[in-house]
Order: sequence, then structure tokens, then C-alpha cells
Amino acid sequence: MIEIHKLHKKFNNVAVLNDLSLDINKGQTCVIIGRSGCGKSVLLKHIIGLLKPDKGKVLVNHKEVAALNEMELSALRSKISMVFQGGALFDSMNVSENVGFSLIEHTHTSQKEILERVEESLSLVGLGGIGNLMPSELSGGMKKRVALARAICIRPEIILYDEPTTGIDPIAADSINELIRSLHDKLKVTSIVVTHDMKSAYHIADKIAMMYKGKIILEGSPREIRESKDPVVHQFINGLAKGPITEAVDNFK
Amino acid sequence: MFTLFFIDLGRKVLSFMYFFGGLSNLAIQTVYLTFKPPYKTGRIIEQAKKAGYDSFPIVSLVALFIGFIFALQTAYFMQRIGSELYIASLVALSIVRELGPVITALIVAGRVGASNTAELGSMQVTEQIDALETLAENPVKYLVVPRFVALGITLPILTLYANIIGILGSYLICTIKLGITSSMYMNVTFTSLLYKDLFTGLFKSWIFGMLIALISCYEGFNVEGGAVGVGKATTRSVVFSFIMIIAADCFFTALFYFIFP
Repeated sequence: MIEIHKLHKKFNNVAVLNDLSLDINKGQTCVIIGRSGCGKSVLLKHIIGLLKPDKGKVLVNHKEVAALNEMELSALRSKISMVFQGGALFDSMNVSENVGFSLIEHTHTSQKEILERVEESLSLVGLGGIGNLMPSELSGGMKKRVALARAICIRPEIILYDEPTTGIDPIAADSINELIRSLHDKLKVTSIVVTHDMKSAYHIADKIAMMYKGKIILEGSPREIRESKDPVVHQFINGLAKGPITEAVDNFK
Repeated sequence: MFTLFFIDLGRKVLSFMYFFGGLSNLAIQTVYLTFKPPYKTGRIIEQAKKAGYDSFPIVSLVALFIGFIFALQTAYFMQRIGSELYIASLVALSIVRELGPVITALIVAGRVGASNTAELGSMQVTEQIDALETLAENPVKYLVVPRFVALGITLPILTLYANIIGILGSYLICTIKLGITSSMYMNVTFTSLLYKDLFTGLFKSWIFGMLIALISCYEGFNVEGGAVGVGKATTRSVVFSFIMIIAADCFFTALFYFIFP
């Protein structure tokens, strides 16, 4: 269970999150949509404790993330994984070392068992047998899938995805969507997916939340979002060049 | 005009204080985490190889040339007063007390410090440092502590090695070109050197090693703005390291002068 209460965050006096509230139930896949740069990734970084809010709070399993000490935060992070936009694979390590990083560094699991877990995670993302390759030898889509394998290798309760399908071909994007869906169905993982790919959002979401001007302006099922009469949501989900979102930007200019 | 000058000056002072505060904060965290288990011995050895072992060729070359140059420059004056024999003691003292530690530190700051900043800076802009945190790993413990310990150990060793090579360079010039006998050169060298000369030089290089590690990692962690940012941070890292090495050298030389006169 993730509860976000009246979150505020400013960077250089610009409010990125402005009184944002959102609840995500256990086992739910929540997709957060919104324009690039609207603060979606900043929100994810608050959930995993990479950023601290100026005001408001984020509760994960009823514990306030910003109030946790280093050990409690480490314990929480062993249950949450994050898939970064560009993969964020460690350049100096091969794929196996990247995927098994947490097991190598934080557990006393035997090397044989680590290798098995790594191979199992890589097979789940359709990349079995590439453990010896370096990240520089992988394509953009493969990097994202390896990042996903790294995220699932620790068998987390919650996975945060930062634009998992951006910049990859439609077939690879669809296979990632399928994977997010199957993790939800089989392992009951709670997922928060930040994206502006509406096809992906409709495919994987139990709930979609639209973020605009630092807050959630509408949340609902994919069907409710698709049928929404809100002009901002309508413009965004239909990808229209003219509408209230772009008018606000034009007026500002 | 004057207002702009003072605004600019104020910004520079604030920026320096911000840098100094950040660096002190990183230094405190690093020292604390150095003694806190688990100890990442494998990563320390890996960094020691990169910082120390791989620096031997360039340190050898530069130290040998410094020995040659210093012997020749000293000979220029000593020959005029007929005291060529004192070249050995002058070179030995200058290299062991001052030139060896400082030149080695400057080489390492340029070679290893720049590489640290570029590596950590690239990790920062590609979110690898954030990824480390999400994988429950403390970036200071994982990235800074091994570099801090490795440079603290390897820089004194490299300095000791540079001292020997520098003296060897001077020895070659004096025995081959200036007609000083080998035994006489060695005798004068060892008579003029005291343990405290060696100790103060190596102590300074230990401090320089830790400074290089901290400055290079601090600049790497604070990279903003992609490839351009990495380039700027790398330049800043080398410049600040040079300044801090010279400033620390000045401070400790004065301190030792008064403590061990």
C-alpha cells in the first residue's frame, strides 16, 4: 500500500509537485500519465526515498519514507525496485553482475544460486544467455529489459517503472507491457508506471492517474480515463496539439 | 560597475563556501564509513591497482626527468662556487621533503583524480548513482571509500618510489657528467637525509592522496548537465586538487618547520 499525502516539492523556486495526493493499493498497477517534465519521475524518486519532500509525506506499507533511518530505508529498498528510464546499468559490470548486484552485495547467497536467479530473471525478460555481455554491447531495448531483470531479481513487492517503453521499438515495448502484466498477475507485484505511451497505459493499468501542474487532476480505470470529458485529459490522451495544456504554455510565452 | 564587481565577488565567495561545506560533509561521511563494516576489500584493491600500480610508468618517467633537471640546475650554481659535492644533499633533501610528494600528487591528481570525476560524473548523469541507492547501496561507501583508502595507501608508496627514481636521476647526472664518484654521492645523500625528512614527505603525500580522492569524488557526484557538465567538473576537479595540494603543502611545510625545526 502506497499513500501519498499533499506532496510539495520545489526546484529552484519552481513547484514541481504541488499538493499531490494519490493512493495505490497492494497488488495494483497504477499508471501515471502526464507531459514530459511534469514531475512524474520526481514523484517516483520520492516513493523510493531518493528525494525528500518539502511538505507532505509518502507512506509505504504505513511507514513514512522520509522519516526512515539508513537501516530502515535499506530494508524498505530491499522490497522496492526501480527501473530507470535509460536502464542505469553499471557500465563497469557485465549483465550478470548488474542483475545479481543486490544478491552479491547484500546477501550470503551462494554463487551458484545467484547465477541461477540471474539466469531465471534474464529468461523472464527474454534475454537468457547474455550474462557475459557488457552494457555497452546491448541495444536500448535490451538495456531496458536487463534493468527490468535487475529489478525483479530481488523478488520485490513493489516495482517503479520510469517510462519503460520510451525509445524502444513497438514489439519490444509490447513485450515489456506483457511482462509488467504477467508480474502483476503471477507475483501480485504492486507497480507504478510512469509513461506518456497511452497504448501501454491502457494495456497494463488497473488505475490511471493524470498528472498536470504538479498534482493529480483525475484518476480512474482505463475506461473512465478514456471516456473522460476533462479537456486537459482529453487533449493529452488523444495527443492533440491544440487544447488547454498547450494554450497555457502559449499564454506563458 | 562596482556593484556588479561586488555581486560577482559575493557569488564566488558563496560558491567557494558551498564547495567547502559539501567537501567537508563528504569527508566526514567517508571517514565514518571507512571504519564501518562491511569492508569492501576487493574494491579497494581494484582502485589501488588503478590509482597506484598503473601510475608507476608515468611517475618513473617524470621523477627521473626531475632528478636530471634538478641536478643540472643545481650544478650550474654549485660549480661556480666549487661545491659540486653538495648537489647530492641538496637534491636528496628537496626531492624527499618537497618535490617527490608534490610532483607525484600533481601527477595522480591529473591522471587518477580526473578519471574518478569523469567516471562518477558519467554515472551521475546516467542515473547509475541513483540506481545504486535504490539497490540499498550507499554510494559513498561503494564509490568514495575504496578510492579514499586506495589513494591514501598508494600515494605514499608512489612518492617513496618517485623519491628513489628522482635521486637515481640526479645520481646518473652527477656520476656520469659531473665526475662525482658513486660512493661519495651515496655517502653525502644518506648523511644529509634524516628520518623526519622522509616522514614529513610521506605524511604530506598521505594527506594529498585523501584530498585528491575527496575532491574528485565530490565533483563527480555534483555533475549537472550531461557531457558538458562532466567536462566542466573534470576540469574543476583537477584545478581544485592542484590548489588544495599546494595549499596543504604550504600549511604542513610551515607546521613541520615549527614542530620539528
